Amino acid sequence: MEHHLTALDWKLLLAVPAIPLAAFVVQIFFGRRLPRGGDWLPTAGMFVVMCITVRMLFVALGAAGHGPFFHESVNEGGPVFEWFYQSAEKAPSLNLVAGVLYDGLGAAMLAVVGVVSFFVHLFSMGYMKGDRRYHIFFANISLFTFAMLGLVLSDNLLFLFIFWELMGLMSYLLIGHFSHDPDSPRIKQAAAACKKAFLTTRVGDTCLLFGMAIFYYNFRTFQFSEMWRLGAEAVAANGGEYPAWMTVAGLFVFGGTMGKSAQFPLHIWLPDAMEGPTPVSAMIHAATMVAAGVFLLGRTFPLMSPDVLQFVTVVGSVTALFAATIGCTVNDIKGVLAYSTISQLGFMVAAIGTAGAAVGTVGIGLVAGLFHMVTHAFFKACLFLSAGSVIHGCHHEQDMRKMGGLRKKMPLTFAAMLICTLAIAGTPLFSGFYSKDKIIASAWEAVMGHGGWVGPFALICLALAAMLTTFYMFRLIFMTFFGKPKDQHIHDHAHESPAPMVVSLLALATLGLFGGKMWAMDGDVLGEHTWFESLVWHVDHETGETEQFLYPGIDLSQMNIASAAEARAHDPEHTAHIGHEAHTRALIVSLGVLLLGVLGAALMYLKRLIDPARVTAKFGRFYTTVANKYYVDEVVDATLIRGTMSLSRTQKWIDENIVDGLVLLMGRIHKALGFVGAWIDKHIVDGLVNLMASVIQTTGSVVRLLQTGRIQQYVSFAVAGGILLAAFHILS
Amino acid sequence: MGLGAYVGVSAALFALGLICIISRRNILYVLFGVEMVMNAAMINFAAFNHFNGGGLEGRVFVVFLIILAAAESAIALAIVLNVFHLMKTVKPSEADFLRE
Repeated sequence: MEHHLTALDWKLLLAVPAIPLAAFVVQIFFGRRLPRGGDWLPTAGMFVVMCITVRMLFVALGAAGHGPFFHESVNEGGPVFEWFYQSAEKAPSLNLVAGVLYDGLGAAMLAVVGVVSFFVHLFSMGYMKGDRRYHIFFANISLFTFAMLGLVLSDNLLFLFIFWELMGLMSYLLIGHFSHDPDSPRIKQAAAACKKAFLTTRVGDTCLLFGMAIFYYNFRTFQFSEMWRLGAEAVAANGGEYPAWMTVAGLFVFGGTMGKSAQFPLHIWLPDAMEGPTPVSAMIHAATMVAAGVFLLGRTFPLMSPDVLQFVTVVGSVTALFAATIGCTVNDIKGVLAYSTISQLGFMVAAIGTAGAAVGTVGIGLVAGLFHMVTHAFFKACLFLSAGSVIHGCHHEQDMRKMGGLRKKMPLTFAAMLICTLAIAGTPLFSGFYSKDKIIASAWEAVMGHGGWVGPFALICLALAAMLTTFYMFRLIFMTFFGKPKDQHIHDHAHESPAPMVVSLLALATLGLFGGKMWAMDGDVLGEHTWFESLVWHVDHETGETEQFLYPGIDLSQMNIASAAEARAHDPEHTAHIGHEAHTRALIVSLGVLLLGVLGAALMYLKRLIDPARVTAKFGRFYTTVANKYYVDEVVDATLIRGTMSLSRTQKWIDENIVDGLVLLMGRIHKALGFVGAWIDKHIVDGLVNLMASVIQTTGSVVRLLQTGRIQQYVSFAVAGGILLAAFHILS
Repeated sequence: MGLGAYVGVSAALFALGLICIISRRNILYVLFGVEMVMNAAMINFAAFNHFNGGGLEGRVFVVFLIILAAAESAIALAIVLNVFHLMKTVKPSEADFLRE
């Protein structure tokens, strides 16, 4: 049953990106003159946006379960903006029509962005107080939100890409916010960080552009719905196998995700992005920017061939484990959270990748990855804002080794941070549990199939990463809030943050608790029916049959999740069994790694039974490698940056010696030619002109003798002339 | 006496006036010469009128010419006065500023 939105709903949806855009325009031109730097304007705008997105989410939830629902865009009466539109007869290849796509995934993401952005705005009103460029900050963060909202609502890859790029620009401006503040002690680092973020994501963006070009060359459209349909046709026409070009294009598109979502090895920009103000970090790490990469993966999933998905799995798993290990060694409170974000993004990407290899439930990995994106947005935003609150309370001290015992000084911040730490660790009843559990289950399903080494590899990486996540997050909690104060001065001056900040923290912490599953409402603690899942798919828990609403009319089991379909056709009962089995094992694994992680952190940082220094000494060289972030920055510096530099030096030499030499030679030749030309001009051309002049002058001076001014002479001449004429007349 | 005698007197008078215009050193004599040339023309008008039909036209032209001569000498005398004021001389050979 199709479900359609009313005209009012469409108008509200269009208002969602329009409000932050309008707020940006007003703020950038008049912000300085408005009272309080105009901070209330974007914040109020975001409040309206939050209300609209949440209302629309409830509309979507109400319509969920009715099969493919309001996937409305160009053809179905939704708002359409025609861009380069030509009639089909004239130029069928040039129909760039931008519309709004509002489906389950969009509804969830839009609400997440709306809610998180509003609380980040609210938090900023407290955190950024006294900043030199207060009004510019609010203008930029408004436009940043606009870009993400636009990206979520885009119904075609081209507009998604435009908003994607706008987000890249805004992250550049916001990460470099302090680089314009001459009083900031880290002005140089901020400038370097924003440049690094921009350039690193640019590598991914270029890949994405290539991928888009290949898809457009073959499909002649950027419309998502058309791309899915044409992709399915292309696969069917190729006998169920993906054509080679789709694999190549899929890899390129995933390159975009790697840049934006900070996957290894393009993750290097994200830890440096901590130079930006903390609310910006919360924005980038939760609702916008990094989520965009995963969102793109969700939008283009049917176009990804199984080979691409294997690559996606490996990259995601490596990233998850790799960043988690670094997270255990970092001492900067925001740094821990930055690596935690990279690791969690690895989880999402790996989950989406394992969807291709899972055998029990069609599309479980995809749903798990996207679900984790949603829950992660809540608790990671809250964690960052809590960290911001701690930093604010400790007068901009970020080193955890100087903190400790803040629990009593900042009880509300502590509560919010503890809730979200439990959520990110995947503690049952907290939002992160429901999504992370599904990710591990998807990995288990991939192991239980015959997917080769990728499934076990992903499972081991993700389980280890989950354990390390718990470890480093509790390490953060214990080092910051428990134990004795390390720096009495900081401790004495620590204070709870002002009301707007605390309100935001508590609101987001509530979402961190209930954002995944409102178990308090229906008692379904294990999360068989979560709100997000009801938006994107329907699972029959008895048979394990699924029906997805993400890509209407596309049968994924005929495409890149063929393994599941084959297994089901072969032995339906066993397959259904696999689904249950995987969930049980995933639950055991999740709880096991959770307990191990907490135990480890408690022993080392709370009870001090194990001295962390001895552990690090034991790991020796490995620890040094990890603590130096696996030298990725150094390798990039040695290869890419040095390589580019030496290449440009070579080119400079060529430019200076060969190109400039040629130019100088040409110059000399022209100069010589010029001398010859000047000589000819001076002596021949000018000579002719002077000759004419002197001839005329001479003639004039001779004739001049006749003009005496004596009238009697003139009369004589006249008479003589008359006589001559008469004589001539008579004689002839 | 025929037409030839009148024309002869007229030609003589014209020649004398012309010589007077060209050769005299005083500008007033030049003006006299102009008058003589005009009188030569008047004699011609009257003579040709008398011998070719004897109507009134030639004599009317003479009357007009007399008035014209009077007007011309008035203007000429005014010019002479101005020249004298300007150059302090009445010699046409010295008043040669037409050259400039």
